[in-house]
Amino acid sequence: MNLQQHNISDNNFEQCIKCTVCTVYCPVAAVNPDYPGPKQAGPDGERLRLKKFNFYDESLKYCINCKRCEVACPSNVRIGDIIQAARIKYSEKKPTLRDFILANTDLVGTLSTPFAPIVNTTLGLKPVKAILDGVMKIDHRRTFPKYSFGTFEGWYKKQAAKQAAYPKQVSYFHGCYANYNNPQLGKDLVKVMNALGFGVQLLEKEKCCGVALISNGFINQAKKQAKTNIASIRKSVLEKKIPVIATSSTCTFTIRDEYPHLLDVKNDDVRDQIELATRYIYRLFSQQSAKLNFKKGEKKIKVAYHTPCHMEKLGWSYYSIELLKLIPNIELTVLDSQCCGIAGTYGFKKENYKTSQDIGASLFKQIESCDFDVVVTDCETCKWQIEMSTSKRCEHPISILANALE
Amino acid sequence: MKFDTIIIGGGLSGLISGIRLSKQGQRCVIISSGQSALHFSSGSFDLLNTLPDGNSVNNPIEAIEELAKQAPTHPYTKLGSNKFSQLAKEAENFLKEVGISVKGDARKNHFRMTPMGTLKPTWLTLEDHMQGENADRISWKKISIFNVTGFLDFYTQFIVDELAKIGTTCTTYLINFPALEHLRKNPTEMRSVNIARVFDNQENLDEFARQIKAENGDCEIIALPAIVGLSRKDAVTYLQKEIGKPICLLPTLPPSVPGIQVQQQLRARFQEAGGVFMLGDIVIRAEKEDNRISRIYTNNHGDIPFSGKNVILATGSYFSQGLIADTERVYEPIFDLDVTFSSNREQWYDRNAFAAQPYQTFGVRTDKDFRGLYKGEAIENLYISGAILEGFNAIKEGCGAGVSILSALYVADRISSK
Repeated sequence: MNLQQHNISDNNFEQCIKCTVCTVYCPVAAVNPDYPGPKQAGPDGERLRLKKFNFYDESLKYCINCKRCEVACPSNVRIGDIIQAARIKYSEKKPTLRDFILANTDLVGTLSTPFAPIVNTTLGLKPVKAILDGVMKIDHRRTFPKYSFGTFEGWYKKQAAKQAAYPKQVSYFHGCYANYNNPQLGKDLVKVMNALGFGVQLLEKEKCCGVALISNGFINQAKKQAKTNIASIRKSVLEKKIPVIATSSTCTFTIRDEYPHLLDVKNDDVRDQIELATRYIYRLFSQQSAKLNFKKGEKKIKVAYHTPCHMEKLGWSYYSIELLKLIPNIELTVLDSQCCGIAGTYGFKKENYKTSQDIGASLFKQIESCDFDVVVTDCETCKWQIEMSTSKRCEHPISILANALE
Repeated sequence: MKFDTIIIGGGLSGLISGIRLSKQGQRCVIISSGQSALHFSSGSFDLLNTLPDGNSVNNPIEAIEELAKQAPTHPYTKLGSNKFSQLAKEAENFLKEVGISVKGDARKNHFRMTPMGTLKPTWLTLEDHMQGENADRISWKKISIFNVTGFLDFYTQFIVDELAKIGTTCTTYLINFPALEHLRKNPTEMRSVNIARVFDNQENLDEFARQIKAENGDCEIIALPAIVGLSRKDAVTYLQKEIGKPICLLPTLPPSVPGIQVQQQLRARFQEAGGVFMLGDIVIRAEKEDNRISRIYTNNHGDIPFSGKNVILATGSYFSQGLIADTERVYEPIFDLDVTFSSNREQWYDRNAFAAQPYQTFGVRTDKDFRGLYKGEAIENLYISGAILEGFNAIKEGCGAGVSILSALYVADRISSK
C-alpha cells in the first residue's frame, strides 16, 4: 500500500507550518471576527475534517474566495482552495431563492435585458429595495448594476461577417457582464482588436463562467456550465487554432484555475490559450508585431489602477498597467493592492453588507485622497463597488485603450 | 518583460538590493513566492554575536579577522574586514534613509529583549523597542507591563521572572475594552496583527491610553507588547505624549507586527523608486546563453519570460524553499547551483537540538564577487545574496540579518559598477 496516497492532499496542506501569514493578509479576518481566518478555516480545520466530517464549521461561508491567503503563503499551500473545497463537500446549508437569483447571472440577464429600462428604474426604487431587503435579504444600500437594453451578443450578430474577414482571429469570452450590463466593453474590445489587425469571434456556446454558482453552492450547475464552456473553448483552440481572450479577470481565473481545482473539470490541453485580453495584447507588443495609433493632443487625465483580488492571484496586473502606460495623455497611479470588499455576489447579501464595506474602506479612502479622473480595473464587480462607494467613475483598461485610439 | 535586474526573492535581502538599484535608475523586478521571514522578526537586526567556536562577540568589526580564520567560506570572510565595516556603516544609513528608525552600532553590540524576557546581543534595534546595555542589566528598576486580555502570543510572567533575576521589578496589568472584546469572539485568532489593527483606530488608541494612564503605579517606564497599530507608526510617540511616561515595546511571538511594518515599508520604497513587485509567483525554470542567465520563466507568466542584464538570487533558506533538502541531497531548485552539504546525511544534524546544526551552514557556493557557481564555474550575471549563501549559521552566530543586508548591498554595488 502506498501510504503517501492516503496522507497527501491535492491542496498541499501538509506544507502548512502554521506561520499565520495568511491570516495577516485576509481581508475578512481583518474586519469580521465571526470568520476564523484562513489558517483556521483552511489547513487547521482540514486536519480535523479529514478525521470526521462534522468538524465542518458553517462560518467558512464568510470566506470571499479572494485567494489573497494563497498569494501571501510562503509555503505554497492552496488555502483558498482548501476552504472552497470544504464548503462544497461539507456544507449542509441549502442555498436560498435569493442565492439562486444572485448566482444565475445568465438567466436573470436574459430575462432583464429586453425590459432593461423598466428593470433598471424598478430596481432603483426605494420601496422595491425595501422589499428586496426585507424579503430577499439583498441589502437596500446596495446599488444594482444597470442592465443594458439589448445584449452584446445581439449587437455582435450584425458584426460577425465583418469580423470573419480579418486574416487573424481571436475568440472572445465576453462573460455575463459585457453581455447583459455593459455591451460597450465588448464593443471596445472588438475596436481594439480590429485596430491590431485581429477579427473577433464568439465561442460556439458561452455560458456564465460559474463563479457565482460556485460561491452560492450550486455546484452541479457550475460543473455543467464549465463543461459546456470548456467544450466550446476546445473547439476554438484545438480545432480552429484560435486562442480565447476575455476581459473579466474573475471569469478568466475561474476558467483557468477553479475549473480543475474545485469543479474537477480538466482544462490542461487548453488552459494556456485562455487569457486576459491585456496579456494577449502585451505579448503582441513584446514581440514587436503590434502598433496602435493614439489620438494626439488630448487633455491629460489622472488614472488610478486598482488590482482586483483574482488579478493579484493571476499575477497579471502588470500587463494592464503596462498597456495603460502606452497611452500618451495618461498619468497613472497604481493603488495599493487590496480587496474592494464586494467579492461578486457576497456584498449584495444583507448579512455581508457591513463586512463588505469595512473591507473596502481603506481602498475607498486611497481613491478619494487624490483627485483622479477615473479608476481603472479589470473586474466588473470591483467597478460596481468602487462606483457605489466613491465619487469616481470606474472603467476597464480595454475601454480606456479603445477611447484613446485615433 | 525586460528589466535591468531581476531579483528572485522579496524578503530583506531582495528588497534592499532592489531599492538600492532602483534608486540608481535601474528598472528592477522582484519575484516573490509568498511573504517573507520578516514576518517573524524580533524587531532587531543581528550582525555578529558569536564566533563559530562559541566565543561571544562584543565588537563585530574587530571580530572579522578571527571569523575569517574559523569560517573560510563565511559571507563576511568573502567581503573581508574593510568591506565589511564599510558596508555595515552604509547599512545603518540605508535603513535610516528608507525610514526605518534603528539604534545601534557595528562597533558595539547592545542587548535586545526576547519574547521570553531574556537578553540577547544584537546590532540594530527598532527605535521604540526595549534595549539593554549589558547581558545582565537594563536601565530600569521598575517597569509596568500592559497586556491585552486574551492575547495568545505574549507571556508576561516569563518576562517578569527573567527581569527579576537582573534586579528589575515588573508589575503587570491587563487591558480590555469593547473593541478588544469584539475581537475575542474569535479566541483562536487573538493574535498580534488582529489586535494591532484595533489600535489603528484613534478612538481605541485613546481608550488604551486612558486605561494605562489611570493606573500604572510608580514605574519608570511602561512596556507594551509590539501590537500598537499596524498601519500607523506613530502610536508609541502618541501614547507617550498622552500618558506622560516613557514607553517601550517588547517583541511578541510571530507574526511580528514590527517585522511586517519593515517589510511593507521596504516594499513601498522599492515601488516608489519604480520597482515592480510580483507577489505569489514562483520561478520554474531559467535559460542560459554563453554562461549568462538569459530568460526566466515563472508559474504565473507562462510563455512570457523575464529577461534582464543581471539576476539576483535572494530566495532564502529552507523555510522559503530557496534550498530544498530531500533524503539524499540539499539543492537549489531554480538554477541547480553548486550547494555545499555533507554527503553523509548523518552529519547534517546534531542530536542535541541546542547544538550548532551543520545543515544550517549548507548553502549556495559563490565566487568572491558573490556570483553563483554552476559545476565549479561562476555564472556571469547571477549574484547570490542572503540566507541561501553557504558558510554561516544564522542562529548560532547571530548573523542572519547582517548577512542578508550586507550581501544585498554588496551585490547591488557589483551590478551597478559593471
